[in-house]
Amino acid sequence: MSEALIALRGVEVHVGSQTILSHIDLDVHPKEIVTLIGPNGAGKTTLVRVVLGLMKFSGTRKLKPDIKIGYMPQKLELNPQLPITVKRFLKISGANDKQLAQRMAQTGIEAIAHHPMQSVSGGELQRVLLARALVQNPELLVLDEPAQGVDVIGQAEMYSLINKIKNELGCGVLMISHDLHLVMAQTDRVICLNHHVCCHGHPDHVSHDPAFIELFGAKVSENMAPYTHHHDHEHDLHGNISHKEHAGHHHD
Amino acid sequence: MIEIILYPCLAGILLALIGGPLGSFVIWQRMAYFGESIAHSALLGIAIAIFLNINMTITMLIVCCSMAAVLSQVQKRFQLSLNTLLAIMAHTSLATGLVIISLIPGFRLDINSFLFGDLLAIGKQDFILIGLVSVASFMFISNQWQKLISLAANEELAFVEGVNTNRLQLLLLLCMAIVVAIGIKAVGVLLIVSLLVIPAATSRKWVRSPEAMAALASTFGVAAVLAGLTMSYYADTPAGPSIVAIAGFMYFFSQLFLLLKK
Repeated sequence: MSEALIALRGVEVHVGSQTILSHIDLDVHPKEIVTLIGPNGAGKTTLVRVVLGLMKFSGTRKLKPDIKIGYMPQKLELNPQLPITVKRFLKISGANDKQLAQRMAQTGIEAIAHHPMQSVSGGELQRVLLARALVQNPELLVLDEPAQGVDVIGQAEMYSLINKIKNELGCGVLMISHDLHLVMAQTDRVICLNHHVCCHGHPDHVSHDPAFIELFGAKVSENMAPYTHHHDHEHDLHGNISHKEHAGHHHD
Repeated sequence: MIEIILYPCLAGILLALIGGPLGSFVIWQRMAYFGESIAHSALLGIAIAIFLNINMTITMLIVCCSMAAVLSQVQKRFQLSLNTLLAIMAHTSLATGLVIISLIPGFRLDINSFLFGDLLAIGKQDFILIGLVSVASFMFISNQWQKLISLAANEELAFVEGVNTNRLQLLLLLCMAIVVAIGIKAVGVLLIVSLLVIPAATSRKWVRSPEAMAALASTFGVAAVLAGLTMSYYADTPAGPSIVAIAGFMYFFSQLFLLLKK
């Protein structure tokens, strides 16, 4: 595999006497989508902030030299006293007009280009933040719950757009998501986090992992499975998983 | 006759011009408290200068810049209790300054001139110093404008996109400290902090872009300086307070006008 865009080894984060993260190893390579999942308070956002260099930690963090990172935060705190339009908000990242126009069209925010940022609705804001993460053609895209506050149709659109952009730019994607049923089909690797890495690997593999089932329950595991391919198991009527050799169903 | 008012007038205009963009950042970055704290530390600078019998302007610059540097570190480390810490530092430096001054035999500080300065006493030399500082500040701000706006909009996004946010923030604070220190000598604590905050706050509701806010703030500031000095000249009111009062009334009338227009 090509050289990792980012490599974390043995990352630990402590706040006061609390351990937020321990023993974290993480790699993101070009052209791969790594999805971080885990319960609330599991340290997902903290891990993303370590990756971005926004958080103090112990351990090692190696970035590809001069890497361009696009970041979409979970929410945006914007001072109401700053008069700034959507287009200008995108432009302060240093993007040129061509990139700007392309990304605004792609994320469907051309109509609100000249609106003040403070008047933009929640769902629109997510698309504006995605556009901001994209305008500079990043090599690594870091997304913290990108589809939060977006309606169901919009969610599916957003994830397929993220996948499309990954293919277009050949960038690596690290994302936090709770929409397991929507993201798993396109995810190359899942990392299941609960202060440490509970389990990781291909979505098919992870959804069967006892640690995953313990954390999320069989119900989630079942919901996640139908959207991935080449199963090696069957579900019974209650959503429990019964393993049978080569008895998997296919959704091709 | 004109010479008496010429340098004060030009100095006031220069400070109002640089106060527009700088004041906008004070509002965008919620730094009003910083301005106050730095201004208060200026008295400590004055006290040290008198006590050691060294150059007052240079001492004030050093003390204000040190205060700015300390504040930027404080801001990074103790985010939760920032306002409390700022108040403690501001008042400690102010009080220490007053204590030091009281230890100097035969010296009585004119607190009025510290608060309100003496704009009408500004001579050619003060004017040149204010001019140099204004031009330097303007060059720094216009040179770093896009990055500064990015910092004001969202520090974390700016950092991830490659802006050295810590350094930029420190430079902005130092720039403010220098303008405040130079401004205090000429126009007093009250006027310099007002010229930073009030015109920028007045222009906010009228504009849709950061540039327009900075430019309109400068315009309001210059208008307040000219009106205040005119009032001072004809009605014999103190120059500094006249300018601040007029800037304040401009703010209230602007808010009222926008409220009635709705």
